[in-house]
Amino acid sequence: MTFRQKHLLGIEPLHPTEITAILDLADKYADLNRQSIKHSDALTGLTQINMFFENSTRTQASFEIAGKRLGADVMNMAMQASSIKKGETLIDTALTLNAMHPDLLVVRHPHSGAVDLLSQKVNCAVLNAGDGRHEHPTQALLDALTIRRRKGRLHRLNIAICGDIAHSRVARSNIILLGKMENRIRLIGPPTLLPSQFREFGCEVYDDMNEGLKDVDVVMMLRLQRERMDGGFIPSEREYYHRFGLDAEKLANAKDDAIVMHPGPMNRGVEIDGDIADDINRSVIQEQVEMGVAVRMAAMDLLAQNQREARMQGV
Amino acid sequence: MSTLFENARLIDPEALIEFNGAILVENGNISQVLDQNADLATFKASAENIVDCAGQALAPGIVDIGVKICEPGERHKESFRSAGLAAAAGGVTTIVTRPDTLPAIDTPETLEFVTRRAQEAAPVNVRTMAALTKGRKGREMTEIGFLLDAGAVAFTDGDSVIEHTKVLSRAMSYVKSLDALIVSHPQEPGLSDGAATTSGKFATLKGLPSVSPMAERMGLDRDIALIEMTGVKYHADQITTSRALPALERAKANGFDVTAGISIHHLTLNELDVADYRTFFKVKPPLRSEEDRQACIQAVADGLIDIVCSMHTPQDEESKRLPFEEAASGAVGLETLLPAALRLYHNEQLTLPQLFRAMALNPAKRFGLDGGRLCVGSPADFVLFDPDTPFILDRTKLNSKSKNTPFDGARLQGKVLGTWVNGKRVFGE
Repeated sequence: MTFRQKHLLGIEPLHPTEITAILDLADKYADLNRQSIKHSDALTGLTQINMFFENSTRTQASFEIAGKRLGADVMNMAMQASSIKKGETLIDTALTLNAMHPDLLVVRHPHSGAVDLLSQKVNCAVLNAGDGRHEHPTQALLDALTIRRRKGRLHRLNIAICGDIAHSRVARSNIILLGKMENRIRLIGPPTLLPSQFREFGCEVYDDMNEGLKDVDVVMMLRLQRERMDGGFIPSEREYYHRFGLDAEKLANAKDDAIVMHPGPMNRGVEIDGDIADDINRSVIQEQVEMGVAVRMAAMDLLAQNQREARMQGV
Repeated sequence: MSTLFENARLIDPEALIEFNGAILVENGNISQVLDQNADLATFKASAENIVDCAGQALAPGIVDIGVKICEPGERHKESFRSAGLAAAAGGVTTIVTRPDTLPAIDTPETLEFVTRRAQEAAPVNVRTMAALTKGRKGREMTEIGFLLDAGAVAFTDGDSVIEHTKVLSRAMSYVKSLDALIVSHPQEPGLSDGAATTSGKFATLKGLPSVSPMAERMGLDRDIALIEMTGVKYHADQITTSRALPALERAKANGFDVTAGISIHHLTLNELDVADYRTFFKVKPPLRSEEDRQACIQAVADGLIDIVCSMHTPQDEESKRLPFEEAASGAVGLETLLPAALRLYHNEQLTLPQLFRAMALNPAKRFGLDGGRLCVGSPADFVLFDPDTPFILDRTKLNSKSKNTPFDGARLQGKVLGTWVNGKRVFGE
């Protein structure tokens, strides 16, 4: 057994062999998911609660489908509408849920470190579905799986991550994961959205998209949040698209077989040109969504196995 | 009433020396300071009490500037009684309190209430700073004259920065006319808005909102320009970054009446101590880089930073057990100030006289208080301590009602054996 974690709080605590273990299992689930009967009983009898303190459609649906395909009893809690509004603290909410004996807790929270804090107060396995600007580990894992399937390897690739890196947990998790797997990472964006501290992570930093995309194997675009478009971080949407939006001209700098990724939801015409997003030869955006389910199945399966083992040992 | 403290390792922050000797206290004041060559026999014969210090360090009691006691308003977090006991146990003989209570100490009536409560409940000296603007809102100045008459030792809005420069310059001019002291929190409020950490690799990795250390220099630069305009007596509550030090040095060299302080947490901890979002390490301004910490220790050794304090800020569990961004700032420090400061002594970065210059002499001088000295005529405010005894701090044993110390479980050295205020023992057997 190479995956030893109790929780999946981020990519940072993972060893490269643990990342590989998740991806290997996810590969098998990706195959299962293409069958007409997509069922396994890895999580039969277990209860999975999805707690989303922040709006999410895609990630929550992906976790829900992953849990259901593995036979878990899945419950969704939209925390924005519930007790948080009544003034209950995060820890009290966690303790309340913990008393219902869930086995897997999937949490998204607007503040960095909140999922970490919650994991200290519950007995079950906790999966981070995104905390503030900190980490979004399953997104990085599904990106890694997509790259590995398309490129045949997950090392020694030139990978560009473009856009609002400062506020992106997707970027952080990807930088850490791709770094651990020994890839060359380039970060591209305006300095307001890409602080120079990122150089200290061993990344190359560019504010010119044409230069940054030269000869890369993978182009990862990030979503630009609407609230950052109004002059605070960038002058305007159209200037951003002109300088940092991915179009055919800019993409021509990358390798001919470079793939284009986006964690979704996309702003067509802001960070990515619609034609590129739909180009089946370049864009792997739909495949990312597909791999998302597989990776989440794998992560929950492995965590549940570790939990079973720990419970048998009476830990 | 006379007491002889004999066989002591005396720490004299004024002469910056330590020597073995004895001190005779009469009627609450120091009447003789004797070195080891002096003939003690006559004093011993006449003294009513003799305290054998057994060779341990006897220093002027600590004068701790900027202590928050949560009366009025949040007595469940800290009262004058609990803070007073914590101070006595930590060798602090004078507390200078902050006005950032609920409501703020911004009227003579509130100040009188606080003064009365302190006298009733605290075993150590308590002096009070008053708010500079009403409600600490940065708009209208308080009744500075009346507050001064009621005993305010300085005027400050605590860590809330007066953004409106005209308001601050008028308040400074007014304070100057009364020859009082302003304590300010140098920070550019726009740049530091919403920040929970200092910008850098750590903050980036943890995804926490951060502020450039430059915001402190910008705040200080603005304040120094206003000092030049108004000539006010000014103390910067916390200077914690290397980038602000040259500005401070220039202001002093230009002859402005400027001093600066720093909290013990910024001298003994750095940004990495936050680790996995440990909210007990969330303070204001946020913990800095190791490079900044080292520069600030050097500045204390050189006397550029004048005062070291605890920035004692009690917070209950509920306000700390939250995601890092949402959690309240501040740490308690009255009882841990001395053992934490002794880390710098054991690391051979500061001597004991240098430490007590920053923790006793300078704050007493700056805030116009007696004490802080070991000289004839000074009040007999002492701390007797063994600088070497090691221990592991258990936060549940602290006297403060709030237990939010970053030193929980930390290995520290230095045990307070006794604390005296005006010759009267307030801590120890």
